[in-house]
Amino acid sequence: MSIPENLSYTKEHEWVRVEDGVATVGVTAFAAESLGDVVFVQLPEAGAAVTAGESCGEIESTKSVSELYSPVTGEVTEVNDAVVDGPELVNADPYDQGWLFRVRTDALPELLDAAAYAALTQED
Amino acid sequence: MKTALHEVHTGLGASFTDFAGWSMPVRYSSELAEHRAVREAAGLFDLSHMGEIEVSGPQAADALDYAFVGKLSAVKPGRARYTMLCDETGGVLDDLVIYRLAEDRYLVVANAGNVAVVAAELDARARDFDARVDDRSADTALIAVQGPASAAIVGKLADADLSELKYYASIPAVVGGHDVLLARTGYTGEDGFELYVPNEHAAAVWRVLTEAGEPHGLLPAGLACRDTLRLEAGMPLYGNELSTELTPFHAGLGRVVKFDKPGDFVGRAALDTRREPDRVLVGLTGSGRRAPRHGYRLLADGEDVGEITSGALSPTLGHPIALAYVRPEFAEPGTALSADVRGRPEPVKVVSLPFYQRS
Repeated sequence: MSIPENLSYTKEHEWVRVEDGVATVGVTAFAAESLGDVVFVQLPEAGAAVTAGESCGEIESTKSVSELYSPVTGEVTEVNDAVVDGPELVNADPYDQGWLFRVRTDALPELLDAAAYAALTQED
Repeated sequence: MKTALHEVHTGLGASFTDFAGWSMPVRYSSELAEHRAVREAAGLFDLSHMGEIEVSGPQAADALDYAFVGKLSAVKPGRARYTMLCDETGGVLDDLVIYRLAEDRYLVVANAGNVAVVAAELDARARDFDARVDDRSADTALIAVQGPASAAIVGKLADADLSELKYYASIPAVVGGHDVLLARTGYTGEDGFELYVPNEHAAAVWRVLTEAGEPHGLLPAGLACRDTLRLEAGMPLYGNELSTELTPFHAGLGRVVKFDKPGDFVGRAALDTRREPDRVLVGLTGSGRRAPRHGYRLLADGEDVGEITSGALSPTLGHPIALAYVRPEFAEPGTALSADVRGRPEPVKVVSLPFYQRS
């Protein structure tokens, strides 16, 4: 299972990449694999305030519904419309084209590095 | 528990799920691709978690007529019948297919979660008849080939003329050099075959079917797509649409109860008084992409009128489909209802079943 070294992770199986105060958020390959084929994503709207650790959307696969948690606190600047139109991108390319939303944030909570996240997925 | 094909699935990179104590492949790659393969080409399933119970002897037919709600004595040797096992109150203990293998021999195929109950009930119910009950589940693998290409695939390997094998029929056959019971049955809404195989030959039969199927687009298929396939075909799943709380009449399957057969059968008296159910099974379709799911409530003008038992975004149709129990006055096709999808109302409409029918 791929876990890129340059990203940060949460226990809720999201990845975060921070550039110039903007965090890009997606779900990990491990999460995508566990969900099965993603058929619907509901994302927060641009401009919405999100809070680290709180639900801000949903991901539905054929078999299940999962809450989407924001890993960071801030204001949503952009959502990935391509993934709304084509939820299969979450499975096909979770770390790149399958990104979900971007948040402008001042403070990052404590996140896991790739090694810590890899250890977490081993336990599951 | 693991099936005789567990190593094969591991080699194919399957993801596993627990189903009634069995570690079963839920998907190999993508359940949507597997679903599509079954609708357009063929899928290969391991269903070895299901139970196979043989009932034989001079009074096997009479024993089954007493044990089940159907008239199994009327099934011709070589044919099969869908039926139900009910308790004394008319509640459904299992829904199952029974093959009549010979005049005095039947194969009862039970759902994985109900094998113990079915075997125990058959033991008890056959006691006063000259019939024996043998649970063969532990020794028997079940492999299904389902989809429009399945006849071409199985036909290449079987020593039998498949054009002579009707839907809901079975024959002993040799497939890829191995003795199997070859049945034309399934749970997907497509043409298809189910092969009952001794455990020791399961991997070999799986392999020859895989090789023969490859040019036809056959994919190994897991339980995730099996569920969406049966849902599109409007087929009930025990535990969702059927339970001991419900009779066959609730599920719209009252036709399987044969009150006109001679002699008593378990549940007869209760079922006779329960022909008018207080809720009935209906199909629902939605728009958009948010599917109502198992356990969600159904509302009409804000009033609770029923509950979803199964639901998914239909891979074939592209819109949400669901099965639900509703009060009879809301069961008419065309009735507009609202499903409570995690606090949000989603409009749904009652439709006739099945959602999908092969052309």
